Amino acid sequence: MTLDAAWAVDWVRRSAATVAEHRDELVELDRQIGDGDHGENLNRGFAAVVAKLDALEQPPATPGDVLRLVATTLMSTVGGAAGPLYGTAYLRASKAGATDALGAAAVVAMLESALEGVVARGKASAGEKTMVDAWTPAVAAAVEAADHGAPPSAVLAAAALGARDGAQATVPLVATKGRASYLGARSAGHMDPGARSSQLLLEAAAEAAADAD
Amino acid sequence: MTNEWAPVALVLVSHSRELAEGAARVAGQMAPRVLVVPAGGDDDGGLGTSYGRVEAALREATADGRSAVVLTDLGSAVLTSESVLEMADDELATRVRVADAPFVEGAVAAAVTAHGRADLAAVLASAQAAAASFAPASDASPVAPPAGPPTSPGGDARGDVVLRNPLGLHARPAALIVRMLAPFDASVQVNGVNAASVLDLMKLGAVQGDLLTVTAQGPQASEAVARLVSDVEAGFGEV
Repeated sequence: MTLDAAWAVDWVRRSAATVAEHRDELVELDRQIGDGDHGENLNRGFAAVVAKLDALEQPPATPGDVLRLVATTLMSTVGGAAGPLYGTAYLRASKAGATDALGAAAVVAMLESALEGVVARGKASAGEKTMVDAWTPAVAAAVEAADHGAPPSAVLAAAALGARDGAQATVPLVATKGRASYLGARSAGHMDPGARSSQLLLEAAAEAAADAD
Repeated sequence: MTNEWAPVALVLVSHSRELAEGAARVAGQMAPRVLVVPAGGDDDGGLGTSYGRVEAALREATADGRSAVVLTDLGSAVLTSESVLEMADDELATRVRVADAPFVEGAVAAAVTAHGRADLAAVLASAQAAAASFAPASDASPVAPPAGPPTSPGGDARGDVVLRNPLGLHARPAALIVRMLAPFDASVQVNGVNAASVLDLMKLGAVQGDLLTVTAQGPQASEAVARLVSDVEAGFGEV
């Protein structure tokens, strides 16, 4: 059981759909503790990715090719910090996904690379109320699932659950990184929008993998 | 024209197009042989940073084999600059550094240093040293006057001169001094501060009629002092 370029394309299309569907929710989350542009920016970015996928003359050969297209497009179309952060995550993931078909270990490597990219670019660590708080438990859950012999789709399902729990756990946190940190204690009580969008994207990956099974 | 640019260029990345362009004009005026490329605002001219604009600015700055120091204002300007470098090929990335420096002061200091055809490391260091200009005046660390017998092969030199130009030691003459002194093999101080630092010179706040004491050490100490005294007496072309 492996995941190929078609899975990655499906992941991207599902990502665009879920970001569009939750656009207003992300805008509202970001308005409470940030500058309110996260939903709009991410929606514009993924719409641009889908447009580029549609315009390709040849289908992408590897998942890595798809993720690199996502990386370059998000970097150039998503403003604020989210563009560089997600762009770097997808770029690092694309290097780990540069084979025809991803097994469980490669899926874990891809997720680990994405997390490393977010951490390196944002210089954030867990507990600071950022995307990292969704990605860290997602990677931990993926590693555990793979260690127990789970196939790629189950590894991604575990990662999505980990991200959901991680995003939920950002609610009581006080932000110490990013725009929300300017609010200090007032940032507590709201879910971090970047953690929420990370959850949505990983859920899209898991759903696309479940469909590919 | 292109071949006359100094080997290190600057890229100024700001959330605001006007801020980037304004800072580029200020730095460019003080260091006309340095290519200073602004990359401000988002793709629509609003506030933000644009990956495409930063990438294009970096390509222009590093064309013809030049190196570049990138100065950024806030948050995503830093992230975007670093992302452009991560996506760029390795060869280009080795010629570019992102400075951890105040935007305007760092740009001015880096530009003036780059004007003397300094290398990438020296221009980066100059930008990053600009942060020290925010220290309280009492914390500023003037270069200690050399004590005892001269340790430099060329010995010491010293000269006193009265500042003649009406506006005093403002940005333009400070930059002129730094640029003029760059070729001399000497370390020079004016009233105890490093004359190779445009910001330190400006912080002296010297006005018309002030006495400047010029000291220098090194093989060309005498020549450097004589040239600086003569430039001050000439009023930097402002009298």
